[in-house]
Amino acid sequence: MALLQAQHLDVSVAGIPVCRDLVLQIEPGDSWCILGRNGAGKTTLLHTLAGLHAPDRGTLTLDGTSLATLPRKRIARHIGVLFQDHHDAFPATVLETVLTGRHPWLGPLQWETAADLALAREALAAVDLAGLQQRNVSTLSGGERRRLGIATLLTQDPYLLLLDEPANHLDIHQQVRMLDLLGQRAASGGRALCIVMHDLNLATRYCDRFLLLFGDGTTLQGTHDAVMTESNLERLYRHPLRRIDHANGPLWIPA
Amino acid sequence: MTAVGGTRMIRATSLLAFLMLLAVCAALISLMTGSIESGWRDLLAALSGNSDDTAAVVIMELRWPRTAAAFTTGALLATAGALMQVLLRNPLADPYVLGVSGGAATGALLAMLYGLGTLWLHGAAFGGALLSMLLVFALAHGSGSWSSHRLLLTGVVVAAGWGAVISFLLAVSPDQGLRSMLFWLMGDLSFTGIPRAGAGVLLGGLVLAVALGRPLNILTHGEQTAAALGVTVPVLRRFIYLLASLLTATAVTVAGNIGFVGLIVPHMLRLLGLRDHRVLLPAAALLGGSLLVIADTLARTVLAPRQLPVGILTALVGVPLFLALLWHGRDRHPAQA
Repeated sequence: MALLQAQHLDVSVAGIPVCRDLVLQIEPGDSWCILGRNGAGKTTLLHTLAGLHAPDRGTLTLDGTSLATLPRKRIARHIGVLFQDHHDAFPATVLETVLTGRHPWLGPLQWETAADLALAREALAAVDLAGLQQRNVSTLSGGERRRLGIATLLTQDPYLLLLDEPANHLDIHQQVRMLDLLGQRAASGGRALCIVMHDLNLATRYCDRFLLLFGDGTTLQGTHDAVMTESNLERLYRHPLRRIDHANGPLWIPA
Repeated sequence: MTAVGGTRMIRATSLLAFLMLLAVCAALISLMTGSIESGWRDLLAALSGNSDDTAAVVIMELRWPRTAAAFTTGALLATAGALMQVLLRNPLADPYVLGVSGGAATGALLAMLYGLGTLWLHGAAFGGALLSMLLVFALAHGSGSWSSHRLLLTGVVVAAGWGAVISFLLAVSPDQGLRSMLFWLMGDLSFTGIPRAGAGVLLGGLVLAVALGRPLNILTHGEQTAAALGVTVPVLRRFIYLLASLLTATAVTVAGNIGFVGLIVPHMLRLLGLRDHRVLLPAAALLGGSLLVIADTLARTVLAPRQLPVGILTALVGVPLFLALLWHGRDRHPAQA
């Protein structure tokens, strides 16, 4: 059974069409990548998939139930989002922030238990932030804040992980580490990833399904070999590209 | 209760116990201070109810209602301030920023202008506050989007409108009424009885607010993040708005526009490192209440027999306290200070 199903989805933002009549099926084990130019609506589509932006038309179903009718808390147990930016208006420690990931799993008046705390600490260790638990979030570097966001998502532990440019602010080592980590999580226990990314080389390395948004409402989706061709990508980015075949897979460089 | 949850609970409980002790001390000092000296014996006699000498009468009839009113008002304002800060995602918001107090003041001044009694004055103040609250709610709702910016702008503009109405009412009022009007505007506890309704609103509001503590914590990380973590953000925000406005309206009705408590008390607790709203909100209520009891005690004793509006004292007590905390806290929360 699909984790999330989109049927005849029309999405637009500020009057600009993002996709028209999109049919999308995210299955357990899938690793989707959404590609498109700046302003093509990748983030809007990701938010739509999370139920945070209403589509103009069409339905999204989670386990056979319409997403629009589900309570937010129930959605949050299934779908987690790593947003492009983090907005911390108030001081909070790293540990407190990562614990917010447990919210969908706790009863209304329940306090976080030792098990929740253990999950949070485990997630912090996984993203190399174990030593910074008591640090104020506002003192973290961009890359550390990004990894804290990933740790919060791991603590939330949803089935579908929607990631908006997860490699933002990360150095090369951390890009690979974090995407490996998220990939492993997605590969376990019937989970799936859906990533918005600009780096074609990371995208080909970590994803096996691709959705191209052309910015005029038309979309293209499929496996790597079906979709990631020179002509499709040049049309997508309106920029000439060169494909270099390497032992680890194809590499794309702008011409 | 688990070990870790246990230590967190113990820390929270000991902080709240300390603040409760502070509140009791503030109340005792307030009850024993005034133009008639009273000692422990008078206080005990008055509280046990089997004394009818002057000291006991002063304590039970004058100081006790006033102390209770001061504590309730301070607690209401501090709780409302903490909620408003989360709602507007701005640590510098206060309970009055969205115009509730302006509406209340307009109602109160109109009641004074027409020479109506205390009950009418309270009713008019509360009615004005509710009117302003609903006006901002409806206007900010507008096309359906209910962003913090839109709410803040609507509230600030409505507050400015009330400001003009208040100035107009002051300008057309006869001279003999001006003094009591100005005192009301500055916040005045000298005409209050025991605020039973106010205490009820405080307790009910506090219970509701604390029950929403965890969603409030999550809302501080941003509306989108909160929604993705399972918080029904639009419902929660509307509820916080109505609750904070109701608490503010009640406080203003009891004691007029007492400034500063609602801004600095929650902020002070945040600077001290308290962030969990399940503890922060009751702590704010206790500290806000204590601070206002202390300020009111000073207001009626520093220049005795002359009484000062308590609003002046909250600022005089609060400003240095706040600056000291800011100065002290700048190393621990550099990015925040």
